[in-house]
Amino acid sequence: MANPAETPSYYIPHSGWYPVWLAASMFVMLVGLGSYLNALKTDEGGSLLFFYVGFAGLSVVLYQWFAKVISENQVGLVSGQLKKSYVWGMGWFIFSEVMFFAAFFGALFYVRNFVMTWMGGDGGKALTGDYLYPEFDNTWPVITNPDPSVFAGPKESMAPPPLSQWGGYLPFWNTAILLTSSITVHFAHTGLKNDNRKSFITWLAVTVVLGVIFLGLQAEEYIEAYAHLGLTLDSGIYGSTFFILTGFHGFHVTLGTFMLLIALIRAIKGHFSHEDCFGFEATSWYWHFVDVVWLGLFIFVYLF
Amino acid sequence: MSAVIEEHHDDHDHGPAKGLARWLFTTNHKDIGTMYLWFSFLMFLIGGTMALIIRAELFQPGLQFVQPEFFNQMTTNHGLIMVFGAIMPAFVGLANWLIPMMVGAPDMALPRMNNLSFWILPFAFGLLISTLFMEGGGPNFGWTFYAPLSTTYAPDTVTFFIFGVHMMGASSIMGSINIIATILNMRAPGMTFMRMPLFVWTWLITAYLLIAVMPVLAGAVTMMLFDIHFGTSFFSAAGGGDPVMFQHIFWFFGHPEVYIMILPAFGIVSAIIPTFARKPLFGYDSMVYATASIAFLSFIVWAHHMFTVGMPLAGQLFFMYSTMLIAVPTGVKVFNWVATMWKGSMTFETPMLFAIAFVILFTMGGFSGLMLAITPADYQYHDTYFVVAHFHYVLVPGALFSIIAAVYYWLPKWCGRMYDETLGKTHFWLSFIGVNVTFFPQHFSGLAGMPRRIPDYALAFADFNMISSVGAFIFGFSQLFFLYVLIKTITSGRPATAQVWDGAKGLEWTIASPAPYHSFTTPPVVTLENNPH
Amino acid sequence: MRAKNSSSASANRTTAASTLGQTLLGALLAVGVSAPSWADRFNMPVGVTDISRQVYDLHMLIFYICCVIGGGVFGVMIWSMLHHRKSHGVEPATWHESTKVELAWTIIPVFILIGMAVPATKVLVQMYDTGGEDMAIEVRGYQWKWEYKYLDDDRNKAFGFMSNLSTPQDEIQEVTAKGEHYLLEVDEPLRIPVNRKVRFLVTSNDVIHAWWVPDFGIKRDAVPGMMNDLWAIVEEPGIYRGQCTELCGKDHGFMPIVVEAMPEDEYDAWYESRKILAKEQEKLASMNFTHEELMEQGAEVYSKYCASCHQENGKGIPPVFPALDGSAIATGPVDDHIGIILNGKPGSAMQAFSSQLRPDEIGAVTHYERHAWGNNTDDIVQPIDVVNLMNKEG
Ligand code: HEA
Ligand code: HEA
Ligand code: HEC
Ligand code: CUA
Ligand SMILES: [Cu+2]
Repeated sequence: MANPAETPSYYIPHSGWYPVWLAASMFVMLVGLGSYLNALKTDEGGSLLFFYVGFAGLSVVLYQWFAKVISENQVGLVSGQLKKSYVWGMGWFIFSEVMFFAAFFGALFYVRNFVMTWMGGDGGKALTGDYLYPEFDNTWPVITNPDPSVFAGPKESMAPPPLSQWGGYLPFWNTAILLTSSITVHFAHTGLKNDNRKSFITWLAVTVVLGVIFLGLQAEEYIEAYAHLGLTLDSGIYGSTFFILTGFHGFHVTLGTFMLLIALIRAIKGHFSHEDCFGFEATSWYWHFVDVVWLGLFIFVYLF
Repeated sequence: MSAVIEEHHDDHDHGPAKGLARWLFTTNHKDIGTMYLWFSFLMFLIGGTMALIIRAELFQPGLQFVQPEFFNQMTTNHGLIMVFGAIMPAFVGLANWLIPMMVGAPDMALPRMNNLSFWILPFAFGLLISTLFMEGGGPNFGWTFYAPLSTTYAPDTVTFFIFGVHMMGASSIMGSINIIATILNMRAPGMTFMRMPLFVWTWLITAYLLIAVMPVLAGAVTMMLFDIHFGTSFFSAAGGGDPVMFQHIFWFFGHPEVYIMILPAFGIVSAIIPTFARKPLFGYDSMVYATASIAFLSFIVWAHHMFTVGMPLAGQLFFMYSTMLIAVPTGVKVFNWVATMWKGSMTFETPMLFAIAFVILFTMGGFSGLMLAITPADYQYHDTYFVVAHFHYVLVPGALFSIIAAVYYWLPKWCGRMYDETLGKTHFWLSFIGVNVTFFPQHFSGLAGMPRRIPDYALAFADFNMISSVGAFIFGFSQLFFLYVLIKTITSGRPATAQVWDGAKGLEWTIASPAPYHSFTTPPVVTLENNPH
Repeated sequence: MRAKNSSSASANRTTAASTLGQTLLGALLAVGVSAPSWADRFNMPVGVTDISRQVYDLHMLIFYICCVIGGGVFGVMIWSMLHHRKSHGVEPATWHESTKVELAWTIIPVFILIGMAVPATKVLVQMYDTGGEDMAIEVRGYQWKWEYKYLDDDRNKAFGFMSNLSTPQDEIQEVTAKGEHYLLEVDEPLRIPVNRKVRFLVTSNDVIHAWWVPDFGIKRDAVPGMMNDLWAIVEEPGIYRGQCTELCGKDHGFMPIVVEAMPEDEYDAWYESRKILAKEQEKLASMNFTHEELMEQGAEVYSKYCASCHQENGKGIPPVFPALDGSAIATGPVDDHIGIILNGKPGSAMQAFSSQLRPDEIGAVTHYERHAWGNNTDDIVQPIDVVNLMNKEG
């Protein structure tokens, strides 16, 4: 057996309990969530106990697992080849996330270009609109749903005001914030590349703060939508697509911010060097991805 | 890159841990591959038992054994379990065992995640199967779970079904990432892309398909979850959605999914036929390009499952033409296999028999697929037993036969023991006859107008259903016989040599049988001579 | 009718062995047999419309092409398997590629496919020519029956009716012998005239169903909230049978489609008489009935429309389909009871019956449910109660 110090080696981690534990906690968590959701529909209402137990298990194992991988890296077990595998892994994971969002963007596209046209009485299935929804008017955002007795529409949409009033338009600020944060995380990277620890940590911290601000604004927007605009999950297809896209995006921003925070803590602990910073780089890719998704959202959900 | 190290440097024998811990905690690609294979076999028996319940009920017109509600649960779970529980994990198991050996690597690229991908599955399927015993019954809306039958009108357990699908998706995505990383990053020196065995190639492309479409499936079930629990209206026209949109999203996943179940099979057959024809695979390069073309086309044909939903004419035509095109690269494959056999020096051991049956019967399934692709004719075929016959021809003597062939072919390498040729051939003939008796008559009942997913049928369909049911039991019990052959081989087969088959080429045959715990602790140097694909 | 029943029942009871023999024999004669009854069991029906015949021809064309290609491919394989064997002492050749050959078998299939695509496109384009119809009928799927609405020139409903499976449960549950049209018979078939272009507007009330009559060569999904259309010009009078072909829940196998194509004059006479009948039935809404009359009609409506979910004995199939026997609604305030039948319960399989049943039928079934099984309220529900409630709700 070669000595790792002498030859760059491929490292096979010893067997461990994390994977089974993770799978089991995931199971408990989802069963808990499922039972809770089902119970909500009855009069009794449900409890989230199992969900929390599973979530706790999941958190413990993820913490342990990442800590282990980090410590392995610190002692030099992770060879260049394994690092490359991590790079491929993260890259294709992000691709799979892109496809997840593609499903929702696809739904938005299909609804706006096909369903709305047909229901408005045009296109290949004009009969639908003519015969079933003679009242329905094809405008986006949809304020009056095809069958308002089943799905009452929103009072107002999130469509942008005239350019002159963009100063008060939250999504515009959110876009600016996320775009800026993509740049700041890049500055952090440059700092690291130049072995400028202070610049690295500062810019990283700025990025985290921007992420948090974004989330705060997003929360405010949701409150506004529910409280004043009547724009909710059950206000028809506009609300459905709006919330599923911005919601899952927000969820990803939350994850991304959390990952950045971890990276910040590790950076302060001095884990990264300019040739060994995959943990940070992966996070920054993820952050750029989240940013690009937002751009798509801003354009297709808010603007057009 | 070079040698392998383990965390415990005193662990010199590199053997597995003992007892249950070995299987629960392992990071070894062979152990994980073995678990995948046994798991899929178990699922195959469970899904098969459901098929037998279906066939028993359909033996005669009238309701004899089960009531319609339960019948629908059987159909649904049979489809789901066979697709996600039997065929896909079996291919992942084969990938685990074979890819590191074939590319000259010690293990998979990300061993711990490998274990995770596997262990999610028993939980996911445990969840799915347990819904059958819950109040209201399990999923009963077909394996394609069209909304709104699967949303507004579904039993409560659909929530667990959705989470089960999420878990399977996570497992598949991680498994694929691992396979991609292994193939891109762990090849031995000299193993260029165009020297990789076709099984590796087909899996690389399959893994891309999986990463591209599993998240879309996750998106689809997520929208269902929101429609059911949070009042959204994605699949409800009253709120401006469209039930048909579900089908578009589902089939954007679903069609590539069926190629996910056949591309690795192409890889296996491309390994077996040259071995027993003692002649190199004909047209290696075009095989690679054909695989890639099939994968590419698979993204733009999905709506051929939806010809009857009432798409505008332009859509119908586009999807008809693009679907028909798939016959071209697939034909290239079939012709290449035949050309490989041509002027070879053939022997007909069990793996070869299964591989040849694969080529013939898969091609027949392909022909019926092409017929289905013709839109005006599909109006008559759609949702009848003609479709059932089509997809069982490509899935059972297609995907499943290729897996069985692979098991016979590589089993000696895995466990160091040879199976009994007579038993193997008996298994083959029983299966071959059984599968045709089961599924051939379904073409007829389908053309004559028998819809699928019905527990009871008009008298005109009685004869063919009876034959089909008899065939199903023959086929089913021959697979129990397979289990017997396997156990006999593992426990008391005669020792196998390292080479095993005199015509076999490839790195996996250069190491001992059974293969050492870490295949290549130092990477071999690959040349065209020692690895002509 | 009786005689038919027993003869087909005995055919049904023939032993597995003789059926097997019969079928295998048939299989040998499969392609191009003369006797139509046999061909019908093996192959797609030729059908009775111009479109269906074209589809049939298309089907046979692709089938023969596949046979020829298959014959070639399998022939070569089998020849090779017989001759290129190691046991014959054959030395394997060493060649393993040929750009020319590979190009040839890439390009030739493309042309074959074009040869198939051209006629297929032609037929498809014709099928999509739905306009210029002589009459239109709305076809609406329900769990688990069909509704047919005859539309006048302005697409308003002239009259309509439900079409339910009429095969008795006893035949399905193997209690009595099965009739000739087992599972393919309904209480009232859709009637259309021959030689006129009939346009079907297909939709659904709950889940997706699919409306298919093989002899017309057409099939289309009935999608809730969306509208599809189809057309047919039937050339021969007769009774044509089909089934729902999209999984739609428990009784998906039990919602047949029966269409009677009538000579034009007969059809016109029937159409007029139905319109008059519809007018007369409207009067029932203002009449009063006795308990016995209500129970009788109620029982009939119940077993036709409600029993598939709530079961004849009123016990339902909990938890999905609630029991009505002892149910709080069926024994509580009358208006709530009528209300749920009129409006259904959105988001569940309980559909709104206000558009399917007449007020007198709803009144009767409500009355029935309140007095059948263990239920025993002492009120009487008259059609007028239903009408009043409907008016109140607007
Ligand atoms: C392994 C799985 C697999 C594979 C490989 C295929 C392969 C193909 N399938 Fe199939 N299919 C399924 C699994 C598969 N299918 C399943 C599971 C369903 C049903 C899902 C459900 O509803 O539940 C289905 C349903 C299905 C439908 C929908 C039917 C309907 O519901 O109405 C259609 C329609 O176009 C279709 C077409 C095809 C075609 C054109 C191919 C082609 O890839 C076939 C190509 C192969 C050949 C053509 C043979 C070899 C070629 C030659 C020898 C060359 C020369 C030939 C010619 C030029 C003709 N399939
Ligand atoms: C991927 C693969 C796959 C495989 C391998 C099979 C295998 C089989 N399938 Fe299936 N099938 C599907 C995929 C598959 N199927 C799909 C996707 C559907 C559509 C579902 C839907 O409509 O939603 C379907 C639907 C389907 C139908 C139509 C149901 C309907 O429309 O109502 C039928 C009917 O005959 C059928 C039959 C069979 C049979 C007889 C086998 C045989 O090959 C099975 C062999 C049997 C065994 C292997 C059993 C062995 C076990 C024992 C002998 C008992 C011992 C038991 C223990 C020890 C526990 N299948
Ligand atoms: C396709 C299935 C189906 C059919 C047909 C059907 N019902 Fe129902 N019915 C339901 C379901 C499901 C519910 C439960 C709704 C809920 O509360 O979620 C229900 C509820 C009811 C209730 C309320 C019972 C209670 O205690 O909550 C009444 C009364 C009722 N149905 C009467 C009828 C009548 C009368 C008919 C026929 C004219 C009929 N139903 C036909 C499925 C059906
Ligand atoms: Cu209605 Cu199937
Ligand atoms: Cu497909």
